[in-house]
Amino acid sequence: MFVINCPYCGERDQSEFSCGGEAHIVRPKQPTELSDDEWAEYLFMRKNIKGVQFERWNHAHGCRKWFNMVRDSSNDKIHAVYKMGEKPPAI
Amino acid sequence: MKNKYSIFSLIKNAFSQHENWKQAWGNPEPKKEYDAVIVGGGGHGLATAYYLAKKHNMKNIAVLEKGWIGGGNTGRNTTIIRSNYLWDASAGLYDHALKIWENLSQELNYNIMFSQRGVMNLAHNLQDVRDLKRRTHANRLNGIDAVWLDTNQVKEFCPIINISQDIRYPVLGGTLQRRAGTARHDAVAWGYARGADAMGVDIIQNCEVKGIKRNGDQVEGLQTAKGFIKTKKIGVVAAGHSSVIANMAGLKLPLESKPLQALVSEPVKPIIDTVVMSNAVHAYVSQSDKGELVIGAGTDAYISYTQRGSHDVVEGTLKAILELYPIFSRMKMLRQWGGIVDICPDASPIISKTNIKGLYFNCGWGTGGFKATPGSGDLFAHTIANDEPHKLNAAFNLNRFVSGDLVDEHGAAAVAH
Repeated sequence: MFVINCPYCGERDQSEFSCGGEAHIVRPKQPTELSDDEWAEYLFMRKNIKGVQFERWNHAHGCRKWFNMVRDSSNDKIHAVYKMGEKPPAI
Repeated sequence: MKNKYSIFSLIKNAFSQHENWKQAWGNPEPKKEYDAVIVGGGGHGLATAYYLAKKHNMKNIAVLEKGWIGGGNTGRNTTIIRSNYLWDASAGLYDHALKIWENLSQELNYNIMFSQRGVMNLAHNLQDVRDLKRRTHANRLNGIDAVWLDTNQVKEFCPIINISQDIRYPVLGGTLQRRAGTARHDAVAWGYARGADAMGVDIIQNCEVKGIKRNGDQVEGLQTAKGFIKTKKIGVVAAGHSSVIANMAGLKLPLESKPLQALVSEPVKPIIDTVVMSNAVHAYVSQSDKGELVIGAGTDAYISYTQRGSHDVVEGTLKAILELYPIFSRMKMLRQWGGIVDICPDASPIISKTNIKGLYFNCGWGTGGFKATPGSGDLFAHTIANDEPHKLNAAFNLNRFVSGDLVDEHGAAAVAH
């Protein structure tokens, strides 16, 4: 449990947000041309990093906007928050 | 077994004030090379080593544990054992485990305090009723004992439940598996460790794995905190840290690791003599032999390896508990903790070979791995020894995420994942 600095609303309790998992997984441009292995990679395989990772969050009980976050999953420390479409910070 | 436990050994040791009991397992330094190495000294890993030695005659093997054995999820779960799963593949897997549980204390010569006190799953809305009735029928077709109880029968079986129809989630009935129950989770790890050690397995604690060495697509050994260990077969049973080990071998798994919480109350006199689980409100409760209420809560909805868990999750569970059991309103909670569970997209486990030769994974048990400990160890040992899955774990391969043949117990299992 931690406090998240929503880029639109400011600091709010984590329980107001829902996590959308790993960020920057690009939707395939030509889904019809994907092999089964590539589909599995896109749909299911995750880095699941213990340490600093990039993830998507949604302020579900607030502005309901999506944004990205850089968080250390080993201690829940948040390193950066940035809007969708913005370049991920170098960490 | 050298130091067999019995009434006679108890009497004999009483004469020396119980000061001469032998250590139940050794504390060896790792050898340079093993025929197989198991990564992870929890219940599943120790059981795997035990069955590798016992059924497949592989004695030159080691179990590597980062901390101390049974200190991870084996010692953090709510000790519930049941096999009332919906799908045939899951029913086969979990009932295989339950059948081993029924004779495990005798087999290990170690009292794991297995108690078939029954597990009841409550229905709180019409869809729950339909789902649970369907599951009862599916269980019986698979030879698993299951009965449907109406609201009054639920009350009769567990008199402290509030069956008022005016509460937010009223009890509309439930299912009961009488063969289900609980076991002492630490004793399971200790019993398997003792059994494996007696057959020559090296149990190496405080030995974290730092890397996996590959030669092309074949594993060659492990970098560990105690140096390099050569081996051609590595079985990884690292629960929440499975992805961490997989990344060392350049492999990605379909897992997300999240904290799952549990808590216990102050000890009180016997008040609940069964296990009651409630899917819709995600609250389950039983009472330990010490008298503590053992309460299971849910997972946090984000990846974390912190072994803590959030307060709002516990709050939600306790609200549900209080509505169902108003008698607990003045109970004090004594301890709370979290364990890191590795969750698969279909909420079923993976007991499988990988595309790297000699690397095997037993993971993805999510929130419900304890109940499967003996069966999981047995089937994983078979998979490692023969380089082929047993027919009971064939469906739980890694390739199902490519083929789409998922074992979708999500929401179909007795408790929400």
